[in-house]
This record gives sequence, structure tokens and C-alpha cells, in this order.
Amino acid sequence: MATITSTTARTLLRPTAQKGLLSWLTTVDHKRIGIMYFWTALFFLFIGGVEALIIRLQLARPNQTLVHPETFNQLFTMHGTTMIFLAVMPLIAAFINYLLPLMIGARDVAFPRLNAFSYWIFLLGGIFLNIPWFFGQAPNAAWTGYVPLTLNQYSPGLNADYWLAGLQLVGLGTLISGFNFIVTIFNMRAPGMTLLRMPVFAWTTLIMSFLVIMAFPSITIALFFIMFDRMFGTHFFNIAAGADITLWQHLFWVFGHPEVYILILPAMGIISEVVPTFSRKPLFGYSVMVFSTVAIGFLGFSVWSHHMFTIGMGAVANTAFALTTMTIAIPTGIKMFNWIGTLWGGSIRFKTPMLYALGFLSMFVIGGLSGVMHSAAPANMQQHDTYFVIAHFHYVLIGGALFGLLAGMHYWFPKVTGRLMNERLGVASFIFSLIGFNMTFFPHHFLGLMGMPRRIYTYDAAMGWNTLNMLSTVGAFVLAFGFTLVLVNLLVSIKKGKEAGPDPWDARTLEWITETPPPVYNFAVTPLVSSRDEFWARKYQGAPALAAEEPGPIILPAPSYFPLLMSIALTVAAFGLVYSNLLLTIGLAATLLCIIGWAFEGVGEVTIYPKGFEQQ
Amino acid sequence: MSTYPLPQQEPQGAQESVALQAPAHEAHHAALGVDSKKIGMWLFIASDCMFFGALIGTYLIYAGKSTVGPYPQDLFDIPLTTVSTFILLMSSLAMAMAVHGAQHGDMKKLKRWLGLTILMGLTFLGFQVYEYSHFIAAGLTLSRNLFGTTFYVLTGTHGVHVALGVLWLTLLFITALRGDTKRVNPVNVEIAGLYWHFVDIVWIVVFAVVYLMADVAA
Amino acid sequence: MRRSRLSRCVQRGTLLVFVLLLALAGAQVYAQSTPQQSALQPAGPVARMQLDLFMLTVYIAIGIFTLVVGLLLIAIVRFRSRPGRPEPKQVTGNNTLEVVWTIVPVILVAIIAVPTVRGLFFVDTPPEGESITVNVTAHQWWWEFEYPDYGIVTANEMRIPTGKVVKLNLTSSDVIHSFWVPNLAGKMDTNPGRWNSMWLQADTPGVYYGQCAEFCGVAHANMRFRVIAETPEEFDAWVARWEEALVEPVVHAETPDLVARGAEAFMDRACFACHAIAGTDAKGVVGPNLTLFGTRTSLAAGMLDNTPENLAAWIRDPQAIKPGNQMPRLNVPEEDIQAIVAYLHSLR
Repeated sequence: MATITSTTARTLLRPTAQKGLLSWLTTVDHKRIGIMYFWTALFFLFIGGVEALIIRLQLARPNQTLVHPETFNQLFTMHGTTMIFLAVMPLIAAFINYLLPLMIGARDVAFPRLNAFSYWIFLLGGIFLNIPWFFGQAPNAAWTGYVPLTLNQYSPGLNADYWLAGLQLVGLGTLISGFNFIVTIFNMRAPGMTLLRMPVFAWTTLIMSFLVIMAFPSITIALFFIMFDRMFGTHFFNIAAGADITLWQHLFWVFGHPEVYILILPAMGIISEVVPTFSRKPLFGYSVMVFSTVAIGFLGFSVWSHHMFTIGMGAVANTAFALTTMTIAIPTGIKMFNWIGTLWGGSIRFKTPMLYALGFLSMFVIGGLSGVMHSAAPANMQQHDTYFVIAHFHYVLIGGALFGLLAGMHYWFPKVTGRLMNERLGVASFIFSLIGFNMTFFPHHFLGLMGMPRRIYTYDAAMGWNTLNMLSTVGAFVLAFGFTLVLVNLLVSIKKGKEAGPDPWDARTLEWITETPPPVYNFAVTPLVSSRDEFWARKYQGAPALAAEEPGPIILPAPSYFPLLMSIALTVAAFGLVYSNLLLTIGLAATLLCIIGWAFEGVGEVTIYPKGFEQQ
Repeated sequence: MSTYPLPQQEPQGAQESVALQAPAHEAHHAALGVDSKKIGMWLFIASDCMFFGALIGTYLIYAGKSTVGPYPQDLFDIPLTTVSTFILLMSSLAMAMAVHGAQHGDMKKLKRWLGLTILMGLTFLGFQVYEYSHFIAAGLTLSRNLFGTTFYVLTGTHGVHVALGVLWLTLLFITALRGDTKRVNPVNVEIAGLYWHFVDIVWIVVFAVVYLMADVAA
Repeated sequence: MRRSRLSRCVQRGTLLVFVLLLALAGAQVYAQSTPQQSALQPAGPVARMQLDLFMLTVYIAIGIFTLVVGLLLIAIVRFRSRPGRPEPKQVTGNNTLEVVWTIVPVILVAIIAVPTVRGLFFVDTPPEGESITVNVTAHQWWWEFEYPDYGIVTANEMRIPTGKVVKLNLTSSDVIHSFWVPNLAGKMDTNPGRWNSMWLQADTPGVYYGQCAEFCGVAHANMRFRVIAETPEEFDAWVARWEEALVEPVVHAETPDLVARGAEAFMDRACFACHAIAGTDAKGVVGPNLTLFGTRTSLAAGMLDNTPENLAAWIRDPQAIKPGNQMPRLNVPEEDIQAIVAYLHSLR
């Protein structure tokens, strides 16, 4: 076993726990943080899912009175907010945290303490956003929070206050993760791991992180504008004072559209890892894949107003945004064909990860194509704000992002736990999810065209929407059953799964070179990379297993209290934004103290003697 | 030591520490040959540009849209603000001198110029406080009109940046006075300098857009 | 081993068939139901253009979907792993193919782009010719329609003449709403503090249903309206009736006493504070204008048919029917309710 000695800085109190609760609360290990992200994200995915099921029950039949309209509004607002900010993005962060350093041959991320901070602030922000459920005032103005609906006059309750402050917390964590991942990719790659040798997942992480750091400022500012309007009587969105309420929509969608790519790009990256492995072929058109990812990232910033074709921008502006939107179809199409090119001529094994990947490919096509339909702006004026749009983005976010993440989950589970997930349960979960998913959301296309607007809590029996809504609700439960099987499979396989061995899938990339599960220092010696599919090259193409350093003691960053403390301080400040200026001041002062303490504490060092190099 | 080809993009100097006895964090594994914290600061600056972009954009969109006074041309004292702008600009020069001192191990020079930078930053903030109190006395509050709203939030955000910068530099200054050369190393000073220069440049844009173009917008 | 592969193939095949069946079932359900409002059954030039463009994108999408999923299926059947199969060649790419599948989407996008741009200017520019203008003001949660040329101000039902261009100016008195009559035209937001414009035209007489499409608060689902398209003669007759009504309420009373009591109750119960009836002292602007209320086919923003029973139930407890709406429960005595109902229905 590895021996560990801690050479903690003298100045400040530094945690030394290796095991137990405290070690998790103070950890800076990217793998542990990844695992925490994973379970937290699943928890919020469950909450968002329950919200969705209640929504579907309410809409199963016309004129239902299962929930009050006000509750319904809270449900769909929190469903959207939860799924985007508290479920899918953190699930992505879980994968990036755990895998990115392993994939590029690093021992941790560039800023380990910031990484821990990102997690804690996300966790507390997520809880914060859900607190008002307990007194019936959960956010209720849709995840887009359009003004003036979110101003005091129309939302006098605490609903909007919690939403605004909560999103700021969660957004801060995401923003900091963005910086962290970019620097990690730029600077922490093992020798020989050039940018164009990185796994595509690392590339999509890089582009996604750039989208994060360039897009999140816009919503942060916009949220502050509403906050100030509510708290201090500023006039950012006060029409009487001459303001223009569409400003919010522009600022929101300058963030909101890149956000869509933030959600989908990492899933595309995962697919680009899973498909080659299970086809036993390298990714087809690697550099084109990389380039198209970059292109999607750039174009993603030029299309925001296609969410606003009906706000009255006029034909010229609408034309511009319709055309830029259409161009995004090109790099996306290229990706699709390259994945098929990867399959072509391969030797395809249909294990659960691959099934989900194939599910991604076929479902994402549907979501992509309805996206192209939206870009035809005059037709969009019929589709906008209807169930057609709901169908579109659920195909992209479930059929796309979530299926991609499920593929990755089944694929890397043995890397994390050393055990395989149950294959039979996996196949069953896939079939139920796929059927349930299509049954839920395919009818939404028709509902939208048949005039059903989104965000309505009821509809009249005469509208002609009854059958399809019932079908959709039944489908939602089938889908929920499929996802439950995934959860059961996870819980069962952690304890009882078959031993996976170091390389269960005959994989291709660097993360499989090291032990399974990986030791705390990831690599006993940093590998020297000479090939794009380094592990495959070593196994089958006679590439030598070179190391970039002599074996020796490894210095890792030391655990710290400050990430957790600082996120608590900021959460106190967030409560202050909702309730009292005093609390706000205390929270901000505590945050400032934490920053100073953080700076003086320093990264710290823990020296580890890996196996075969025990302390002399 | 084993011999192996080193990646091409490694600049000299970094190689030794990267390739050889390189524990993960001690040597700040740097594939780009630049300190991670410095890359992080550049990325922060890119991101912060978007923050200020949103604020400046909002200011411009609402310029001339206020329904009641006071209006910019009623209040602005361009010569006065030019003086404070000049002081902030000069503080950038002082910061550059401090960085130069740090890079050459000249702690005395570092301390001298760092102190001056802090003083000039504080002077700028003093001007801002004076300006705010003058404007408020003239009836322009945060909730008076669109001009007040956008003006205070934009310049206030910049002011907070300056204040945080002053705090940062002060901590560096104190650490330097205590002779802690491990913390007051060239990289740390450079990063603080990057931030300080950025904040100055933002002010140039704000000064141009808000003050100098006030007549254009009206 | 072989059998399990086979069964998996069968499973996948079943899935695909299932998806196709689902699509067919959807189409079937659609064909058999007659949705009250639908973008798929256009009744005017704007909606027709939008449907044509949509169908173009649908055909292209079906083509691409067939191609992609077809290739996918061929690949996973042909290249499934079998015992004795040689290790695949480690192909990393093919530049010709990359160029091909870059150009093909470019062409397809161009095919969609041309009619898109043309369509955008089509919806933005009302055609020359005979037209009427209606100013639409959205409120939480009802619609106000003003005909500036005729002095008409009515609510939740917009009457238009067939075959004429209807120019709409749209705004809102509170939050953002969106004006949408799927059979006639795509939606346009109503933004407070701004006027948007759009146009539509109905080819044939009929009732076209519409609904607010932008989330606007608690009663968003119940913010519906109707567009009643009539022949130009019928429309002119309606306008003429309004011209009369604007001077003095037109009262068609089968039970004059009850109606007279209703008119009194309308003032006593403070209905006038929110509602206006032309030619009377009721001049409220908070709620819908009730002039010629008896000619309306619906009430509560398109929720209910305008029958005496429904109207009575509405006055009795508006919050029970439409939770959150701005008309409070006023505890009007039952006999006053009946009188007010008779009065309002006499205004025809």
C-alpha cells in the first residue's frame, strides 16, 4: 500500500483526515469530487424527474385539478431549472472531474481547492433553490424568468428572490469550473499529450468551458439587474422609466443558447469515446471532429435571437439570426456522419454503453432535425412556445445529452468502481428508456402543431389534445421506470457487480492505462504519450510504454477547509439577498475572510510514496 | 535519467521541471510553459470582459432614454474625471515598475512602486466617492432614472474591481514588508499586475463611453 | 452466443418498428381528431405560407433521418462483431467523404434558407389592398381589441371580415403575452411599452381559436380568445350595430323589469369600476369592455360559452372557474346575479 506523509503548511489549520466524513468535506481529490458531483446530480435528477411526473399527471387528461395552477407553475419552473443547472450540468461536471485528469495524464486539476469550491457551492446552491418548496414559494416564473413577470409588481413573493440568488450561487460554481478545466487542459497534460492527441472528450470539455466563461457573465449581470430592480428600485426593466424589457431576453439568451451547447458538447465527447471503443476503430475524422466542435462553439454565440423570433425584431434581424442558426446544422451534421464513419467497417459490440451511444445517435438526429425546422423562422412563429419546442429540446437533452451521459456512465463505471454494471439490467433499462422517451416526447411534436402552448396547467377537452397527452403521460412513467432500472443497476453493481479487471472494454485511451480503480495519485509515473489512442497503440501497435519521469515520491495538493467554508459564507450572503442586508454583509465579510485565508493557506502538500517506492 | 523525445511545443526552461523529477503540483506542471495561475488570470480577464461588455452595452442601449433628469451633461465634470483617469493610468505605470522589481529580485523597488500603486488606486477611489456624493447631492440616485441606474451600476462595478485590486495589492505589500519572498514571487506579482492593468483598461473604455461620449448619446 | 445476438437484433428491429408505429399512430390520431386550433389546417395566407415552409423542412428532415438511421442500421448489422471476424482496419478518416458531408448539409440549408427569408419579409409586410386595423392589448389574463377606425373596443373576440387584410398592432398592459391564432398566423409577442405589428387574413368565414403563447402568470392556460371571421357584409352590419351602441346601449329585453334591475345592480355592485358599457356611466378600464356583451359567444377569455348559466356561475365565483384571475369573488346576492346576467345578455 502507498504510504502517505503530510507536510502541511505551518500557518493555518489544515485538515489531515484521510478517511471518514471530514476527509470528504475537505477533499481536493478530483476523483472524490467527481463522485460527489455524480451522486448529487443523480439526486437532483430524481427531484426534477418527480416534478416532471407530476406535470405529466396533471396534463394526462383535460381539466385536471391534481395541482393548483400556482403549484404547476412552480413545478415546471423548478423542473427546468433543476434539470439544467442541478442535474445535467453537474452530471457533466462529474464526468469531467473524474476523467479529464486521467485522460490527459495529470494527477489533478490545475486548481484543486477551487474545484472543491465549485462542488460545494453547487450543492448548497441546489439546496438553496429548493428550500422555498417547504413554504410553497418555489420559483414560478419559468426557467427563462422573463421580465416584467419576475419584477416585484408581478412576483411580490420570495419565489423570484430565491431563484435569482440560487442561480447566482450555482452559476459561480460553474464559472469557476470553467476556468479550472481550461487551465487543466492547457497546462496539465502529460508530456507528449499534444492538444491534437487529446481524447475528443477533453476537446469538448475545453470548448464547453470556454462557452461557460464567456456565456455565464451575461446571465450573471442580467440576474443582478432584476435583483437590483427588486431590491433597490433601479430601473433596468422599468418601462415607465424608459427601459426596454427585451433587454433581459437578449442578455438571457446570449447565455442561454451557448448553454445548450454546454449541455450537449460533453455528451458528444463521450459518444466520441464510446463509439470507437465498441467499434474497435479509431474515431473517424478526428481533426474534423475537433474543428466542428470549435465551430459549434463559435457559432453558438451568434444565434441567440432565434429564441426571440416572435418578439418583433423585424424581418432583417430575424433573417440574420435564421441564417446563422442554419449554419450550425453543418458542423453538427458533420459530426453525425463521422460517428457513422467510425462504426463503418468496425467490429461492433452491443454492450450497454454502446446501446446508449446508438440511442444517442438516432435520437439526437431527431432533435437536430427539429432544430433545423425551428431555424425556418416563419415556420418557427407557429412552433415557438409550443409543445413542438418541448419535443425538440427534450430530444436534444434526453435523447442527446442524457443518453450520452448514460453511455458514459456504463462505460466508465468499471474504471471508477472496479466492477461491471449488470448487462441484462443495462439492456432492459435502455429498452424501457428508449421506448418511454419516444412515447413521451414524440407526441409533443404533434401537440405543438395542433396548437398546444407550453407552460399551461390545463386544457379544455374540446381542444383535441386528449389522446396524445395521455400517451405522453404513460410514456413518462415508462421512461421513469427505465431510469429507475439504471439506478437499481448502479446500486446493485457497486457492491455485487462482476470484477471488471483493468480493461474490460479493450479501451483505447489513457485513463485505462493506470490501475482500476485509480490510486489517489492517478499515475504512479506520469506516462509519456506518443499517440492519439495511447493505450491501444501500446497494446496492439507496439508502442513502447514510456514514462515521463522516474518513479519517486508524489506530491499532491493538501485538503482544505476553505472551499466548504467559503461556499457556506456565500450561501449565507445569498440568504441575505433574500431576507436581510445584515445577513448579506455578514456573508460577504466571511467570504472575504475566506479568500484571504485561502490565499495564505496555499495549495499545501501531501507527499505520497506509491507502491514499489515505499518510504525508505 | 531515461531519454525520450520531449513534446515540441515545450519552451526551453520548462522542460527540465516538466519532464524529469516532476511531482504534480510542486513544479506546477506546465504543458504550455506558463504558470497555471497566470493562464487562469487571462481567462478571468476574458470572462470579465463579457461582464463589462454586458454592463457597457446596457449603458449604451439606455443612453438618452431617461425620462427625467438629471442627465449626464448636467453633472459631468470632465476635467475632474480626466484627472482621476490620469491617476489611474499612472498607477498602471507604477504597477509595471513593481512587477519589474519583482522580476529582478529587487524587493525595495517592488515595495516602493507597489505602495505608490496602492496610493494611486485609493486616490482614484476617493475621486469616485467625491463624484458620487456630488451627483447624489444633485439629485442623481440609483433609482432616480435610467441614467442613474446604469451609471452607478457600471462605474460601481468598476469601483468594486479597483477596491478589490487595492485590497489584493495591499496584502501583497504587507507580505512583502514581512519579507516573505516565497509568496511575493514574480509570478504572483505579475498576476496581480495583469489584473490591475485590466481594470485600468476597462476604465479607459468606461471613461470614453460614459464621459467623453455623453454629448453624443444625448 | 449466436442466439443472444439474434435476439438483440430482433429487439432493435422491434424498437425501430415501434418508433415508426408511434409516428404513424401520431399521424392517425391527428387525422381523426379535429383540434380546435391547429397550425396544420391553415385558413389564411400567412398560416398557409408557414405550413408550406414547415412541410419543406419536414420532407428534408425525413430524407436526412432515413439516410442517417439507414446508414446506422446497415452499419450495426453489417459490422457487428462476430467470431472469427478479422480485427478492423484502423482507418482514421477520409478527406473526400468529409468534403461530401460538409457540402450536402450546406446545400440542404440553402434550400431552406431561400423560402425562409422570403417568408420573413412576407409576414412582415402586409399586402396592399383593402384592410382593417385592430389594436390588440393583452392583459393578465384577457384580450382587448380596439378598432381605431370605428371606435370599437371589445374583448376576447375579434371580428374580422373575410378576404381582407387585418393589420394588427399589439401591446400589453402588464407582462409579456403572445398573440396566436394557429389557423391564421404564427404568433407575435405583446410587449409592454412597445407596439409590435403583424397581419393576417381569413379566407372563409368561421371561428378560429387562439391562445396566449407566452407564459404570463397563474392563469396563462386560460387566456384564450376567438377570431370570428364573417363575410364583409356581416362584418359591416356588426360595425353598424356598434355605431348605435356607442351612442346608447342597445337593449333587447325579453324581461324588461329584470333587465332594468340588472342595469341598476351593475352600478350598485360596483361592476362599473372595472367594466365599461358604452352609453352608460360604466367606464371602467381594468376589465373587459362589456358593450354589446350579448353578441359575444364566449366569456372568461374564451374559457366558457356565453350562456346565462355560465355567466351566472362566473359572477358567483370567478376564482373557482379561473384561479388567480383579477376579478374577485364579490358575493353578489343571487337575485342580483340573475338580473345582471339578464341585463348583460340584453346588450346585443
